[in-house]
Amino acid sequence: MVAANSTKTISVTIRVWRQDGPDKPGAFKDYPATNLSPDMSFLEMLDVVNDGLTLNGEEPIAFAHDCREGICGTCSLVINGKPHGPNKAVASCQTYMRSFQDGETIVIEPFRANPFPVIKDLITDRSAFDKIQQAGGFISVRTGAACDANATPVPKENADLAMDAAQCIGCGACVAACKNASAMLFVSAKVSQLGLLPQGQPERDKRVLNMVATMDSLGFGSCTNQYECSAACPKAISHDFIARMNRDYVKASFRASFRPVSAGASGGAG
Amino acid sequence: MAQLDSKIPSGPLADKWRKHKAEIKLVNPANKRKYKVIVVGAGLAGSSASATLAELGYQVETFVFHDSPRRAHSIAAQGGVNAAKNYQNDGDSVHRLFYDTLKGGDYRAREANVHRLAEVSVNIIDQCVAQGVPFAREYGGLLANRSFGGAQVSRTFYARGQTGQQLLLGAYSALSKMIGQGGVKLHVNSEMLDLVIVDGQAKGIIVRNLVTGEITRHAADAVILATGGYGNVFNLSTYARGSNATAIWRAYKRGACFANPCYTQIHPTCIPVSGDYQSKLTLMSESLRNDGRIWVPKKKEDCAKDPNSIAEADRDYYLERMYPSFGNLAPRDIASRAAKRVCDEGRGVGPSGLGVYLDFSDAIRRLTEAGVRERYGNLFDIYHEITNENAYKTPMRIYPAVHYTMGGLWVDYNLMSNVPGLFVLGEANFSDHGANRLGASALMQGLADGYFVVPYTVGDYLASQKPGSRPSPDAPEFKAAEANITGLTSRLLSIKGSHPVSYFHKKLGHLMWTYCGMARTKEGLEKALVEIPKLRAEFWAAVTVPGSAGTLNQSLEQAGRVADFLELGELLCRDALTREESCGGHFREEHQHPDGECKRDDENFAHVAAWEYQGEGKTPLRNTEPLNYEFVKMSVRNYK
Repeated sequence: MVAANSTKTISVTIRVWRQDGPDKPGAFKDYPATNLSPDMSFLEMLDVVNDGLTLNGEEPIAFAHDCREGICGTCSLVINGKPHGPNKAVASCQTYMRSFQDGETIVIEPFRANPFPVIKDLITDRSAFDKIQQAGGFISVRTGAACDANATPVPKENADLAMDAAQCIGCGACVAACKNASAMLFVSAKVSQLGLLPQGQPERDKRVLNMVATMDSLGFGSCTNQYECSAACPKAISHDFIARMNRDYVKASFRASFRPVSAGASGGAG
Repeated sequence: MAQLDSKIPSGPLADKWRKHKAEIKLVNPANKRKYKVIVVGAGLAGSSASATLAELGYQVETFVFHDSPRRAHSIAAQGGVNAAKNYQNDGDSVHRLFYDTLKGGDYRAREANVHRLAEVSVNIIDQCVAQGVPFAREYGGLLANRSFGGAQVSRTFYARGQTGQQLLLGAYSALSKMIGQGGVKLHVNSEMLDLVIVDGQAKGIIVRNLVTGEITRHAADAVILATGGYGNVFNLSTYARGSNATAIWRAYKRGACFANPCYTQIHPTCIPVSGDYQSKLTLMSESLRNDGRIWVPKKKEDCAKDPNSIAEADRDYYLERMYPSFGNLAPRDIASRAAKRVCDEGRGVGPSGLGVYLDFSDAIRRLTEAGVRERYGNLFDIYHEITNENAYKTPMRIYPAVHYTMGGLWVDYNLMSNVPGLFVLGEANFSDHGANRLGASALMQGLADGYFVVPYTVGDYLASQKPGSRPSPDAPEFKAAEANITGLTSRLLSIKGSHPVSYFHKKLGHLMWTYCGMARTKEGLEKALVEIPKLRAEFWAAVTVPGSAGTLNQSLEQAGRVADFLELGELLCRDALTREESCGGHFREEHQHPDGECKRDDENFAHVAAWEYQGEGKTPLRNTEPLNYEFVKMSVRNYK
């Protein structure tokens, strides 16, 4: 079939959360969005509404976006109560107007979680994720110090599973979807990716302990196994990784309690 | 007139980089911590440079306009990264990668730069694997490879269709480690709006905090720009919406030469435009051409038919017909022009007639649908989301779109611009791809520059600067630059005209695509050079930017970027008009062989054109750097 897409347009009302700044009160406001092509993306619909607002002398709706192809993790809308909207395994930017009905009222909110304070309208501050990453989401390897890439074979199954976890785009939908604002899916994806690879073993215990401690200190809640996170995840990352991280965490905590520490660990030999 | 000394080391090609590394100056470890280096941008080049310089002991401050360094647009690269590992035993070597890249660039890049790129490509893969980048592997646990355009070997390493994401997250993890350890100070939501020059050297930047609107001054001993390409001058492109040229453009206006702006890459396989509301075009990875076959109907009257009903004999697999030895893997510039040509003949498909089929039915017969899904599943999903069509059942429709810019700020072999102390990395510079970039080479270059080149060469520059001699951010040059930016901001906010910023961006994009896209002519470019200044004047008279300067204001951000594109677009057209030849992505209809291929003019144009700003309203100066080929003979590029 060539271009089965119809030429019919739809019109909707968007009910948008407007908030001037972090400490300002917010409220919903309705705007019409008319004559939309079903092939238009959700963010393109907001572009059109914003151009209209601009011409009317109103401030356009602030929303975070960049790549518009579902990979940068910037876009972060709660659409009709669901982070990233009605469709599975896509980001807000990969949501198209064909997913909505003519005449519908669409409610648009920012990701809501205490560790993600609202900056303006639909934009939140998600720098907490970067802080967790800085606490241990890496393998320490100095540039130029690596051995030949094929010197360490990795079973394909492990590499594939590591890749499943590594696909996380760091958008925070998992946190927004969770009633506890837990970041366990995000953290476990990174912990699992690196823990599945031989290169990640030397720092495996330290990594999980530090990342979880940082996650807790930033105010993210705990996981109570409802899996809203993986349902909302634009990359459909499995909650199995949470179980994997919990195992890693328990083992690492246990070992940390009994591991002898070298007396020479704190200083170098001159 | 700018001095353009490429500083290419003497000696045999394969020894130049080794020799150069052995000869350039070093900074001793106790002194490294006395130098501050500013890095702007945190894509592959910026992240890898920031992390590596911090590991070496320099004080690094990294500025990104995104809310996190992980969002830089390198993240969106799909297909892969080239490296001359020869793990496939198919005859690859550093020399072959060098040669393919140089030829792919239509002999318009420097030999020495390209050879260095090929040399360090192998270190990149080692580095990334050690960081935990989950590249695709074979059952034995070793790394897998695939082929990309312009090569007859399989040297592309990949992580499904998300290679850029995985490489960027690797570099981001190295950067995160150094931020956690205090080696890098990160400034997010921070857009560089001006370069500060003190005594002829780059010594700092002016930054706007995109959340608070605050303008701040930052001084350093050296400034590195790794801010990506300028393809959004076309408005519709595969770039992220935020990708912009402001950092490099304002550096240009401070004296850095802009080289070969007309070398822009149009990627052959993107999802076609569907409406005028469209904000971006989405790439379908070149890797799809490993298994997909590109065709259009032989007869115009078949174009509206269901493609599955068109008989094999009535299909024109035009790339296989025109380029039998490279077939569907012909380089990007060639594949794009071929698509344009068949559409211009009226044989394009889809509602707009601007589309060709990318057909997987043969691959599905050979590999099964599951086999195709394993290789390209995420790309088929993206295609389905956007078009609502199932490409396992009906061929994809694709059309070329702006994807990359080979031009950029001029740099020498050390990646330093003609402004001492200003280094430029990755897509922001012009250095390695000539007039056309081969697939899977952008990631290679970004990481080569950041991990393996600039960490050495920045030391060579800093060794000539006295430790502790960097100026104070309160110096008059900084205050003047800040006042310049504050003035620009108030000017944009005060116009209060009748059109939003997007109106001008769309108009500019339309002019650029029409007159400076896949095919360019003297008449068209001359027309663009009249129309663009008119549009720019209209912008400054009639744009409306709501809100204020002291707050998060996305309209204001966009206005500043589009104002720069309105200037850059003119330079791009001027460069295209002056380069009276066709080469790579720059195709002048007046200069073609009878079969429609690019006709280069090596006698008159085997040089880099590096434009030098002369002030507002003045025609910029065209400097040239001759391309002296010592080792390879410039020949007619042949993929037949």
